[in-house]
This record gives sequence, C-alpha cells and structure tokens, in this order.
Amino acid sequence: MAESKSRRGKTFILLALMVTFGSTGDVLLSQGMKQLGELRSWAPEKAIAFFTRAFESGTIWLAVALLMLFLVSYMLVLSWADFSFVSPASAIGYVLVALMGYFFLGEHVPATRWIGVSLICVGVIVVGGTHPSTTQNQ
Amino acid sequence: MTLRTALFIAIIVVAGQLGDLALSRAMKTIGEVKRFTPANLLRVLGRAFRIKWMWIGIALMTVAFFSLLALLSWANVSLVVPATAASYLAGALGAQFLLGEQVNRERWIGVIIVCIGVALVCV
Repeated sequence: MAESKSRRGKTFILLALMVTFGSTGDVLLSQGMKQLGELRSWAPEKAIAFFTRAFESGTIWLAVALLMLFLVSYMLVLSWADFSFVSPASAIGYVLVALMGYFFLGEHVPATRWIGVSLICVGVIVVGGTHPSTTQNQ
Repeated sequence: MTLRTALFIAIIVVAGQLGDLALSRAMKTIGEVKRFTPANLLRVLGRAFRIKWMWIGIALMTVAFFSLLALLSWANVSLVVPATAASYLAGALGAQFLLGEQVNRERWIGVIIVCIGVALVCV
C-alpha cells in the first residue's frame, strides 16, 4: 500500500512537471516563431535563411530546452504509469494555458472556452481517481 | 469536409496515437524508474533510445507531424479540433487493446469528459 501511495505521489509530481514544461515551451515557441514573421516561401534558400534565424532566437532555444525537459518527464512517468492515465491527465495543460492567458496576458477568454476548461478539470479529476498503473512492470 | 481532409485527420490521429503508444511500450519495457539521480536518468534515456519501439514511436510521430503540416497547408486550423479531441479516445482504445491496460468505466468517463472539454477549448 505504501508502495502504491508513493507511486501515486511521484506520478502527480511528474505530471505537474510535464504540463509546466510542455505548456511554457509551447507558448514560448509560438511567441518566438511569431517574432520571426511568416514563412512566405519554401524555396530552399528562403527556408534555410528562415530556420537559421529561428536558431538565432534565444526564445526559441529556451522553448526547445523546455520541450526536451517535457519529453524526459513524459518518458519517465510512462515507465510506470498507464498511457490511458497520463494522456487524459495531461490535458490539464489546456487549463493552465487558458489561466496564464487570462491572468498574465490579459487575454479575453470566451464563455465556451471556460466551459471547456471546467469540463477538462472534471475529466482529469475523474481519471485521477483511478489507479495510475494497471499493467505489470518487470 | 473533403475526403482528402478526412483521410489526413485520420492519419494524424492514428499515427500520432500509435507513436505515443509505441513510446509508452518502450518505457514499460524499461520498467519503473526509481532513482532520479542525473546519472541514472542519463542511463535510462540511453537505454530507451536503444529500444526498437522508441524509434517506431518517433517514426510514427514524424508521420503525424508532417501530415498535420500538409493538412494545414489547405485546411483551416479549426479542422484540427476534431483530430485533437478524438486523439484522447483513440489513445485510450489503443492503450486497452495494444498495451493491455485496464481502462475501467471510471477512466472511460473521465476520458470522454476530457475529449468534450478539449473540443470546446479549441473551437
């Protein structure tokens, strides 16, 4: 029982890290790419110049680093937790992004999105009530 | 929605979820990580990238990513919504039938509520 309790604890810690790294990484990547402006042509020299500029941006490097940390936390939690637990639980990231947009960026969040955010919270709580791990690890 | 658009949404959902399931299978092979020291984490990652399923997963996710780019070249971003929401259902089905996870009724209900919520957030 103590074993299963500590496993539940570390599952939630890793999920929190995943969601934090993943959402912040996504937001920074989108911000970094918008600063670059639109990629208008796929002609090789234009595309190469575009991606070279992308890799000169500090924001994009920070985003890539965060997304790599996301991948590591994702892999670690999947070493013991069910995919059918981790995948719906990580949808809480949408809630985080909506809240960050509302409180820090002063974005207008339409009513349908608030309803969606509330439903995701309910769904994640329901999934969170199940056992994180139902397969036998060797 | 044209047949081509529907086909690409199906590819994005199926390839994307099969990719995640393959990655999950690779990590299940490694077994529960218990020590979180930097040296042990590097060892775990080193082992993961030597497992066949890890590379199958990466290949499938690459297919899903480029299909998404292709879809976005002719379709509106809003068409990605059904793909994003359906992925949660497809992923849970795959976990049950391909990975042998026990998705009980409670978890199914949670997954379906999350799907509806994600669809509403993305519209």
